[in-house]
Amino acid sequence: MKRIISCTVQNRGGVLNRITGMFSKRHFNIESITVGESETEGMAKMTFVVNVEDEHKLEQLTKQLHKQIDVIKVSDITEKSVVARELALVKVTANSQLRAEIQGLIDPFRGTVVDISKETMTIQVTGKTDKIDAFILLLKPFGIKEIARTGVTALLRGQQAKPYVAEVNSLTI
Amino acid sequence: MAVEARQKTEAGKEFVTGADLLIEALVEAKVEKVFGYPGGAVLPIYDAMFRHEFPFEHILCRHEQGSIHAAEGYARVTGKPGVVVATSGPGATNLITGITDAMMDSLPLVIITGQVAQGVIGTDAFQEADVLGLTTPITKYNYQIQDAKELPRVINEAFYIATTGRPGPVLIDIPKNISAELTVRNESNAIELPGYQPNVKPNALQLQKLASLLEKAERPVLLAGAGVLLSDGATYLQEFVEKYELPVVNTLLGLGSFPGEHELFLGMGGMHGTYTANMAIYEADFLINIGARFDDRLTGKVANFAPGAKVAHIDIDPAEIGKIIRTDVPIVGDAKTALQALLAMDIKKPETTEWVTRLMENKVNYPYWYNRSEKQVSPQWLIEQICEKSKGEAIVATDVGQHQMWAAQFYAFNKPHNWLTSGGLGTMGFGLPAAIGAQLGRPDDLVVAIVGDGGIQMTIQELAVIHERNLPVKVFIVNNEALGMVRQWQEEFHGERYSSSLLTQNPDFLKIAEGYGIRSVLVDKEKDVPGVLEEVFAYDGPVLVDFRIHWKEKVFPMVAPGKGINEMVGVKP
Ligand SMILES: Cc1ncc(C[n+]2csc(CCOP(=O)(O)OP(=O)(O)O)c2C)c(N)n1
Repeated sequence: MKRIISCTVQNRGGVLNRITGMFSKRHFNIESITVGESETEGMAKMTFVVNVEDEHKLEQLTKQLHKQIDVIKVSDITEKSVVARELALVKVTANSQLRAEIQGLIDPFRGTVVDISKETMTIQVTGKTDKIDAFILLLKPFGIKEIARTGVTALLRGQQAKPYVAEVNSLTI
Repeated sequence: MAVEARQKTEAGKEFVTGADLLIEALVEAKVEKVFGYPGGAVLPIYDAMFRHEFPFEHILCRHEQGSIHAAEGYARVTGKPGVVVATSGPGATNLITGITDAMMDSLPLVIITGQVAQGVIGTDAFQEADVLGLTTPITKYNYQIQDAKELPRVINEAFYIATTGRPGPVLIDIPKNISAELTVRNESNAIELPGYQPNVKPNALQLQKLASLLEKAERPVLLAGAGVLLSDGATYLQEFVEKYELPVVNTLLGLGSFPGEHELFLGMGGMHGTYTANMAIYEADFLINIGARFDDRLTGKVANFAPGAKVAHIDIDPAEIGKIIRTDVPIVGDAKTALQALLAMDIKKPETTEWVTRLMENKVNYPYWYNRSEKQVSPQWLIEQICEKSKGEAIVATDVGQHQMWAAQFYAFNKPHNWLTSGGLGTMGFGLPAAIGAQLGRPDDLVVAIVGDGGIQMTIQELAVIHERNLPVKVFIVNNEALGMVRQWQEEFHGERYSSSLLTQNPDFLKIAEGYGIRSVLVDKEKDVPGVLEEVFAYDGPVLVDFRIHWKEKVFPMVAPGKGINEMVGVKP
């Protein structure tokens, strides 16, 4: 099962290495990691999307994270009401004849064209992972040259009310 | 890099080197012994020790692995952190085994490694190794100093992390330019660890749950591990056990946390434990684990481990709870604090007489056993003799292998903190240096190193330290001219194909001892054992005894790999 784990860590040297090392040592499967500064100076926020077999493995994973000296807070936010976003840059083959057709696909996904050359177009799209997956699938027939994805980063919503939970449940993650 | 000892700025502010700050911080941490080995990257540190006139004793072991196992031995018997210093590159990599060993067995160590100067880090400089990268998975925490001003805080944090919560090794990597260059003294060493809260009070609700399960239990068993020793909780354990008449099983590392000759003691559990202990766990309806981590050498096949029992697990490390065995009552906390809390509670004593009586019968009918050879020295009997002649009061350090299991089985540990063995990692080469560390930590106690003829050769050079300091360590080689434990497995599970496990070309251990200036004796007849032991224990100096045993001796009973603890073989018929 996929889970989103959010983690606040003290931003000391080697902290990412320590945490990813722990994941690999204990055979936890990470799908993506994002790391960045948090609202507090000296603290970083890490968001992991992990794939674990069962509750037992999940419990071990969060406990092992907690055990790290630099880790201040660990939350499994999968079932919480969250805003989860990922950014992707997709470079597709696009000569002048195809551009309009591709533009037609970009709009519903609220993507933006960030670079154009004679033969290619690079599109930026943000959103939930499934939305990005769907977008990439649509672009495939045109010939994808390169993709760069950031992995998911997430925050709890300001209000943890019921309707939002339903929305989160519809997330594929 | 010229190092001038101390200078003053015009404003009168004192300049010191990073190495000075390190030495001062070690003194501040009340360090009494440092186990180390010099080299290029730690020259400024060794120079500072010299200039400060060695405010702590420095023990020069003859290999860094020796230093770190000695530090482990010191930590195990004194409860104080062991401190190690090594140089960059090979010095640091020689520590890897010991660091891993300390991590597995939760021993508090503070390890200081030199590093190449900051300016050349990352260039594959001479004797550069990525020590931080290498030791990240095997330390509780590690640091590389970026600025000398951090040193007082980092050293303070390192001791705090190493000794609190679940103890473990902490490493500090210090680039040479930082220890050599002058800096301004930084007065603050305040700890900045917002993510580390090691002191947890056991949850009252969970303790209550344990209590109510205990009241209802018909077949309770208490499993005590090294956590009881590390928290100094042995006296409370005994009080608790006697109050509720609970049968006790020890893990290998937990030996000594409960008196070995107590009638409620069932023995060690696990692969080479007693039949009684293993069957008690198998049949239990309530298992209280205090400070053990359900290692696989204890549990055997997990499905057969306490299959019918509710499980309460008290551990300072929450990640250990539920890791291997499904747990009904998780209690995060220090073993001693939890025991004190339990003792303060009003719990009805469960009705266990029938259960305990049955276990006592098992104890009588199925003890550890062996066929005494009468001619050659029987290793099991040898350990019993060592126990008897040392009145069960020696500090016993072992290496890894058959002799280790015989020592665990046949030496009755009645007191805590007298048993040193490499449990989690099973590190050959541990025994001799660990005994040295123990003797240095407890100079007035009798220290015995029980080692194999294989393992002693991994760290035999440390005899030099014994000689140099005239440490009265008694080194007993249980010599079967084989890598005995490997040979036993080959006999049992690999069709007696003794692939690279026979040591038919052993050196003359007596001459080696002689070369190091240590008295030595050969004992190959059983009748000589008691007399030699008496003489050796009466002698106030180091002795090495080469005890010859039959090469085909085996450790029994045994839970074969992949089997359950209820399927022991080699139980007394
Ligand atoms: C460093 C290391 N290498 C290999 C092993 C595997 N091993 C476990 S026991 C053993 C044999 C030990 O032989 P010896 O020291 O003579 O002790 P004995 O079993 O004969 O008592 C070996 C090789 C180990 N535990 N540690």
